[in-house]
Amino acid sequence: MDAFTTLTAVAVPLDQANIDTDQIIPARYLGKLRPEQVDGYFHDFRLDANGRPREGVTLNNPAYKEAKIMVANYNFACGSSRENAVTVMVDNGFRAFIAPSFGDIFFNNCFQNGCLPIRLPADRVARIRVILHELPGAEIAIDLPSQTVIGPDGQKDSFEIDPFRKDMLLKGADEVKITLGYETDIAAFEARQRQEMPWL
Amino acid sequence: MTAPRTMFEKIWQRHVVVDRPDGYTLLYVDRHLMHDGSSPAYTRLKARGMGLRRPDRAAATPDHYVKTDSRTKDVPDPDHRRLLNDITTNCNETGVTLFDLGDARQGIIHVVGPEQGLSQPGLTLVCGDSHTSTHGALGALAFGIGSSEVTHVMATQCLWQRKPKSMRITVDGSLSPHITGKDIILAIIGKIGAAGAVGHVMEYAGSAIRGLSMEGRLTLCNMSIEAGGRAGMVAPDDITFAYLKGKPFAPKGENWDKAMAFWKTVPTEDGASFDREVTLNAAEIAPMVTWGTSPEDVLSINGRVPDPASAPDAGKQENMKRALEYMDLKPGTPMDTVAVDRVFIGSCTNSRIEDLRAAAAVAKGRKAQIPAWVVAGSGLVKQQAEAEGLDRIFREAGFDWREPGCSMCIGVNGDVGTRGQRIASTSNRNFVGRQGQGVRTHLVSPAMAAAAAVTGRFTDVRKLLG
Repeated sequence: MDAFTTLTAVAVPLDQANIDTDQIIPARYLGKLRPEQVDGYFHDFRLDANGRPREGVTLNNPAYKEAKIMVANYNFACGSSRENAVTVMVDNGFRAFIAPSFGDIFFNNCFQNGCLPIRLPADRVARIRVILHELPGAEIAIDLPSQTVIGPDGQKDSFEIDPFRKDMLLKGADEVKITLGYETDIAAFEARQRQEMPWL
Repeated sequence: MTAPRTMFEKIWQRHVVVDRPDGYTLLYVDRHLMHDGSSPAYTRLKARGMGLRRPDRAAATPDHYVKTDSRTKDVPDPDHRRLLNDITTNCNETGVTLFDLGDARQGIIHVVGPEQGLSQPGLTLVCGDSHTSTHGALGALAFGIGSSEVTHVMATQCLWQRKPKSMRITVDGSLSPHITGKDIILAIIGKIGAAGAVGHVMEYAGSAIRGLSMEGRLTLCNMSIEAGGRAGMVAPDDITFAYLKGKPFAPKGENWDKAMAFWKTVPTEDGASFDREVTLNAAEIAPMVTWGTSPEDVLSINGRVPDPASAPDAGKQENMKRALEYMDLKPGTPMDTVAVDRVFIGSCTNSRIEDLRAAAAVAKGRKAQIPAWVVAGSGLVKQQAEAEGLDRIFREAGFDWREPGCSMCIGVNGDVGTRGQRIASTSNRNFVGRQGQGVRTHLVSPAMAAAAAVTGRFTDVRKLLG
């Protein structure tokens, strides 16, 4: 997994609340291999029935073309557990997401793919989105070691992250390998469970 | 003396392998369910040169990509064909129990798990699918995970987790006739919102919940994810135990007694506290219908399409406008005047025997006015329904009686509507494009879906059945 330390990049605002992972990648792309999923990125959200870009959709604005950060609304990426919702974003250049809240499964899936989901207060996220609309192409600076985000207005905000997840991201660590280091504990658990729950 | 604990707290504590000082927990997974979308997770496992740590704790069945008009694996799409063959190869190579196409036990994984007795009280259960919350209906801690975490479970039988918060939803009182688990969960989501339970494990309690059958509880817990919940659960009781007794993978003989002794200790203890409490009055719940593009956009069949002007803020107003435009609905329209083009009865939410009985009771002696599909949740549900003559009732009413699979809930197998179609669906998500590009989905109970089929519009099922 790629490590995540700092990221200064263009950020694109997405105002809608409750964006579900079906919007991020429609289900018809899921059976394909990853390289063929790249076009699925917000496909029906961006394009109309005739394949023409929808008006007023920030993701179609060339000024945000280089975006690596998405600033969304509450309950971002709710719904289906499809990890493709993270990987298709990664394959379209994204590494970080800022929102007041996230779908739990998407939030966890981010860490499996070297991405950083950041929760900030709703009013601050709303303010950042307004500025990004006013200044298309403006950048945000994220610093994971110090757990700070510097918005396009220069305001610095701190964010919370689990120390375990932070450490994994900073090192680009392999979670399976780390867990295998606890083999003794897992084996002890299993031995105990065989006694306590013999019906399993 | 220790403080009284919730069911969730007890199951969690029992499965801690390692508690790190930084607050992260390595949690043991008792049961791992898989489907035909598990192929990438297997590929990653193989790339590591690893096998499953506990193949004996895993089970699989193809559901997402299977056809519902035949049982062939030789589907037209080469990608889907590969996935249907991969699950067979992977399970055979690794010694995982597989209910494959052609086996009557095949079906939607969230129907098959409980039906086979794999889902049990007090267990931790995961699956690479968000509707894994379903299995909490038996008093398990069950939640969906992503594909990388699936690989992690295959390799280690564990998951790294931060402990979620707890939330209790109490539904007391008597339900009106024909009000189901589906109406209850839609009413709950309408009340707390699609993000209402983010970061929480939900426990459903109260007399109306205890009065639900196992099928009703499975429907209820299934849509916990639609409220943002990490998991949903119902305390195991006599209904749970009677349901499990005799199931193929349920404990037998002496083990049954041992399991029962443990299962009875699973429920939340009196006086245990939750991080959040929500209450609903069962008597106030009517048949529910969604009007928008999030499960929180829901109202009673007797309601009218809401007006964006009534939204509490500009953001919500914009969301409502967008939803109504997509759904082609005008504010103020009575829901029971809205014409429907098509009906889907099925999915991990509503494809169990009780669901089919409820729909058949409405279809009996009537004629479908629009195309209507019935997709049983498993081969065994289908057999049971046929033994009861439900298939005949549906066929005589002009409904299409199909083979088990996820079908039109997600549509990846090609079972989708056409652009602009309005579908009354017993599934779980009315998201934009969920049942096909430009398709408009309204979530309802099986009886309400059948009522829409025989009248061609949304109809209060209570008016048909009295």
